[in-house]
Amino acid sequence: MATEILMPALSPTMEEGTLAKWLVKEGDTVSSGDILAEIETDKATMEFEAVDEGTVGKLLVAEGTEGVAVNTPIAVLVEEGEDVPSAAAGQGEGGERDPAPAEEPGPREVHAQPAAAPASPAQAATSVSEPEVPEGTEMKSTTVREALRDAMAEEMRRDEEVFLMGEEVAEYQGAYKISQGLLDEFGARRVIDTPITEHGFAGIGVGAAFAGLKPIVEFMTFNFAMQAIDQIINSAAKTLYMSGGQMGAPIVFRGPNGAAARVAAQHSQDYAAWYASIPGLKVVQPYSAADAKGLLKTAIRDPNPVVFLENEILYGKSFDVPVLDDWTVPFGKAKIWREGTDVTLVSWGIGMTYALEAADALSQDGVSAEVIDLRTLRPLDMETVIRSVQKTNRCVTVEEGFPVASMSDHIAARIMQEAFDYLDAPVLSCTGKDVPMPYAANLEKLALTSVKEVLDAVKAVTYR
Amino acid sequence: MAARRTTTKRGAKTSNASKEELLTYYREMLLIRRFEEKAGQLYGMGLIGGFCHLYIGQEAVVVGLEASAEEGDSRITTYRDHGHMLACGMDPKGVMAELTGRIDGYSKGKGGSMHMFSKEKRFYGGHGIVGANVPLGAGIAFADKYRGNDRVTFTYFGDGAANQGQVYETYNMAELWDLPVIFVIENNKYAMGTSVQRSTKSPSLWERGAAYGIEGEEVDGMDVLAVKAAGERAVEYVRAGKGPYILEVMTYRYRGHSMSDPAKYRTRDEVQKIREERDAIEQVRKRLLDGDATEDELKAIDKEIKEIVNEAAEFAKESPEPPIDELYTDIYMDA
Repeated sequence: MATEILMPALSPTMEEGTLAKWLVKEGDTVSSGDILAEIETDKATMEFEAVDEGTVGKLLVAEGTEGVAVNTPIAVLVEEGEDVPSAAAGQGEGGERDPAPAEEPGPREVHAQPAAAPASPAQAATSVSEPEVPEGTEMKSTTVREALRDAMAEEMRRDEEVFLMGEEVAEYQGAYKISQGLLDEFGARRVIDTPITEHGFAGIGVGAAFAGLKPIVEFMTFNFAMQAIDQIINSAAKTLYMSGGQMGAPIVFRGPNGAAARVAAQHSQDYAAWYASIPGLKVVQPYSAADAKGLLKTAIRDPNPVVFLENEILYGKSFDVPVLDDWTVPFGKAKIWREGTDVTLVSWGIGMTYALEAADALSQDGVSAEVIDLRTLRPLDMETVIRSVQKTNRCVTVEEGFPVASMSDHIAARIMQEAFDYLDAPVLSCTGKDVPMPYAANLEKLALTSVKEVLDAVKAVTYR
Repeated sequence: MAARRTTTKRGAKTSNASKEELLTYYREMLLIRRFEEKAGQLYGMGLIGGFCHLYIGQEAVVVGLEASAEEGDSRITTYRDHGHMLACGMDPKGVMAELTGRIDGYSKGKGGSMHMFSKEKRFYGGHGIVGANVPLGAGIAFADKYRGNDRVTFTYFGDGAANQGQVYETYNMAELWDLPVIFVIENNKYAMGTSVQRSTKSPSLWERGAAYGIEGEEVDGMDVLAVKAAGERAVEYVRAGKGPYILEVMTYRYRGHSMSDPAKYRTRDEVQKIREERDAIEQVRKRLLDGDATEDELKAIDKEIKEIVNEAAEFAKESPEPPIDELYTDIYMDA
């Protein structure tokens, strides 16, 4: 019986990839473990092995094809003597996996973008409000991943005292490929692989910062930074104060934060509210590639410790980034992605994907939503939020963090204190649920917030 | 990289110290002791608050090691830090005024006993979290190596901190990267109330470095000359770029862990015996008197030290509390 070989998912967040190279041809006999193809994800090039034995009946996807969705049939394996079925006959047969999931929403609906879809609402909105960019500036589509790498490379070229340390940042080129190419350009003195020892290397980074260097400490994910949180808070954040202003720590702690996809409770926490509560730290959580680049450059130059919270799902998303010699984005300045009059949606980081998609849906419903991306959580640009709420009189916050003692709670309290008389409805929050992140796809989806929750919240605050 | 053989060189009694040298150590150790006695007194009067950990009994450790340091070298320690600050040349007035929480303290009164710093003296604190200063010290050494100079960093911690995981994470990376750091374990036998014997079955703390390929030795921490000699060996090794070195300095604190510790975990006799038989200051005093120093000379030093300490105490009492707007300064540096 013919067996379809499907495009594999080679990382938790992979939705599509490039079939870089076939290592077998039609008619070849393969057995389990033979390498069939090289598949390029946004993170790495991986070899893909045969699981069953048989003869390669047909290669369905030509090598070099980009954007092949996970679970698309890419080849058909036949048993000895069996005829090669037609491509149509192959559909829906034999595979253990759902044959057509690429057509369906991904595990996290809000992120699933059909390859050929028009520009996402996010991108469509980019040009609406980018006051920092001089008119006529060329824009280049760049992934968040590339933007972060470019920011580090530019700052390392600019300042000899900037260096990068962390697990797999050098020879492996970054566990999430953020530091790709940096070892080649800057050498092992400035791009330093550490052992798996977060507490230790975070402390070494802080000590180096006390002595005046400007370390970028990458945590493979912020979940692992819990091992090092004493050094981040007690050593990095508090020393300037405790020394009466004599010495501080010009250091950036960066890495992916929050839920990725299907990595469950210990690898899915959003730490924004934890770090944002600490005086002495600055906390950044960018959404777009332009902000990721501009804010990271600002973070590296800042003489204070900065916690820079990235998101694995956003790494592969493309946005327009201004082509400028020195593109920086200031801290403490929210960005209005979309102007509106009926309700203010306040979000940051990956929360913006829900907020912008909801705003798009609302506009079709005749509701005009203003969408604010806070960009930095400390300092926090409440002024922009308050001004917006004074106009719209309603506010919904959107984030993936836990609901208790969340950033959303803080923002709601500030709005109550500073704009009570302007409110026509209570501020509502769309957050992650008050549960450890479950593994099961359906439960994970429920544990995060959703566009529907945002829409429901907006309906509630607008009494519709 | 093959692990190096770890060797021990017990501090040999060095008897060729000059009178001037001995007088310097006598003066420096006495300053620490009298300063700490005064701090204890001010604590009793309510002028110093919070946690206050006195260094009485351990004076030879920092005085001996500072004698082996050079201009440009750095030091970092834990919360029992008053002695380290005095030994590296920080002003007793500024230290005492920090203890009383006044504006003229090294941290403008905002750090207190456990959190003091001097950029000028390359004293990187004063850290209140047991063990946390160990990677920080290696990080300072990392910066020196990165910049290609030949400075070394003295990273002090206690026998209690020696059981913290981050110490061993640091050992691993310090040796892996040949960082110019001297790990100084001040083994005063008690981590608060828990003796070394009750904390570990491998009580030779310096030997743990062997697991990472780090050389080290045990030193008699009540003999300032032995400490200095060991410090010189360590400095020579580390400054030559050979990587880190561990000194386990066997010492003893006469007072409780902090001011509120009744020290019921050891007998009075134990303390008394060490004071009488091994006191670091008495040893130097005896050496001096056995040589050609006179009682009068030493009395003159005693008097001089007493005056310095009294002046520091007066200064610390008279310095004003920080103005209230200091509450909101020094949280961020201007970007």
